[in-house]
Amino acid sequence: MINQTYRLVSPRQFEVTYKDKVINSDKVVIRPTHLSICAADQRYYTGSRGKEVMDKKLPMALIHEGIGKVMHDPTGTFKVGTRVVMVPNAPTEQHEIIAENYLRTSRFRSSGYDGFMQDYMFMDPDRLVELPDNLNPRVAAFTELITITMHALSRFERIAHHKRDIFGVWGDGNLGFITSLILKKRYPNSKVYIFGKTPYKLDHFSFVDAVYQINDIPDDVKLDHAFECVGGRGSESAVQQMINHVEPEASLALLGVSEYPVEIETRMVLEKGITLIGSSRSGREDFVRTVDFLAEYPEVAEYLETLIGGCHPVHSIEDITNVFEADLTSSWGKTVIEWEI
Amino acid sequence: MIYAEILAGGKGSRMGNVNMPKQFLSLNKRPIIIHTVEKFLLNDRFDKILIVSPKEWINHTKDILKKFIGEDSRLVVVEGGSDRNESIMNGIRYIEKEFGIQDDDIIVTHDSVRPFLTHRIIEENIDAALKYDAVDTVISAIDTIIASEDKEFISDIPVRDTMFQGQTPQSFRIKKLVDLYEQLSDEQKAVLTDACKICSLAGEKVKLVRGEVFNIKVTTPYDLKVANAILQERISQ
Repeated sequence: MINQTYRLVSPRQFEVTYKDKVINSDKVVIRPTHLSICAADQRYYTGSRGKEVMDKKLPMALIHEGIGKVMHDPTGTFKVGTRVVMVPNAPTEQHEIIAENYLRTSRFRSSGYDGFMQDYMFMDPDRLVELPDNLNPRVAAFTELITITMHALSRFERIAHHKRDIFGVWGDGNLGFITSLILKKRYPNSKVYIFGKTPYKLDHFSFVDAVYQINDIPDDVKLDHAFECVGGRGSESAVQQMINHVEPEASLALLGVSEYPVEIETRMVLEKGITLIGSSRSGREDFVRTVDFLAEYPEVAEYLETLIGGCHPVHSIEDITNVFEADLTSSWGKTVIEWEI
Repeated sequence: MIYAEILAGGKGSRMGNVNMPKQFLSLNKRPIIIHTVEKFLLNDRFDKILIVSPKEWINHTKDILKKFIGEDSRLVVVEGGSDRNESIMNGIRYIEKEFGIQDDDIIVTHDSVRPFLTHRIIEENIDAALKYDAVDTVISAIDTIIASEDKEFISDIPVRDTMFQGQTPQSFRIKKLVDLYEQLSDEQKAVLTDACKICSLAGEKVKLVRGEVFNIKVTTPYDLKVANAILQERISQ
């Protein structure tokens, strides 16, 4: 079969390429149905990754957040028609200590390896997780982003001390929203404070216990632990504020990706005995736990519906460009693509 | 029921000095028709996928299906007819005999030598056939179309914006197509080589579905070269 792959070939330019695929192999064949754009995709689309990275990674199909429908499964793992979320991380080995998303040999879709913008996806059965019937596909489209929080949380829970009465979350974007929401659900008796910059974005955080503008945080705000969901240049001041406001022996979970080296006031990290927990991406287990979590707490999925910033059907290459442009100018939430190309 | 009918009736006369019908020639080491059939197999809305083959090539067709795809209960090989429409009708006669034809049954017909079609084109054909009864897949005309009655001088240059190039699939509500076909005289049948034209001449509306420039028909050695070339693009990962 000839499989169309829609690749970014240079900033803001997509082209279709064709790959020969055999439908009867050890791979499950999935038709992508709903995709979601990540900031990392936008960094490629706009060319802000820098020439060297662009030259190395392009041409490449973007998108690593998405769900689809099983169309053919020679492995016998899934019934045809099953809705699944696709795991973008592809490990090439197993390790008894290092998780799949930290193995340097793992490949990650839409980062040097074709993403989900294809006519059909051919994937190993363990890279697919079945979705519950009642989950809104537009929310399910960005499951991968939710797994980032779930993964960071599992690391936090393994490492952080057990006084978890007050959490601070820095970042009023998508990841900050998801992290605050899941913390609130996971620790219903704890307080969750959100720290952000943009008032209209902070207005969406109706479920938190307190909302703080980052340029106006009272000195007496004290936190047991804090989560950084800022990324970019803002990471530095966010981490500084977190260090200032956490109690000694707190854990700081760092989730935001920065292109730049970030300065950290290590003196205070040492003085307060702070633990920094880095986490990146996620693996199959995180997807399974996320899907279970969303099935168990349908109200979380309902809150997440408010994070859908826009939903755009895509029928052509021109539509792909248009949806990336729309996402760039979107003021809130996740841009979801109905993949009808 | 929703049927697919892959038309592999061609005997390859345009492919030059090759003894094998063009649908069996290799595209990246597998017969063109296999690529096409696989794309249809990936759509679970089809209840049956008929492959219409010239009589003398039926065994060969079955052999390569078995070799490259394996057993699949949805695939059936049917003998073709004297021309394109007769081949379509032979498939429909098979459906009638085996399953009976219901009012809302549709059929998506496709050239076996257009292996580059996409999921969208198939889906939009099915949806439009269910809604409008007759569907053609087209792309906007790229070159200016010149009409010449005597093949010597221009008789007309139609406005390009209103011109389209026909591709496949072409899809129909089966009962409607059969009714219209049966109303034709033998003479008309000989002239009307395009199933959508049968519908449109009878005053039926034929819905257009957007094809793709790359949904090419591999009918000449040049096409085969082009098709192989675009698959050899080794920037893939």
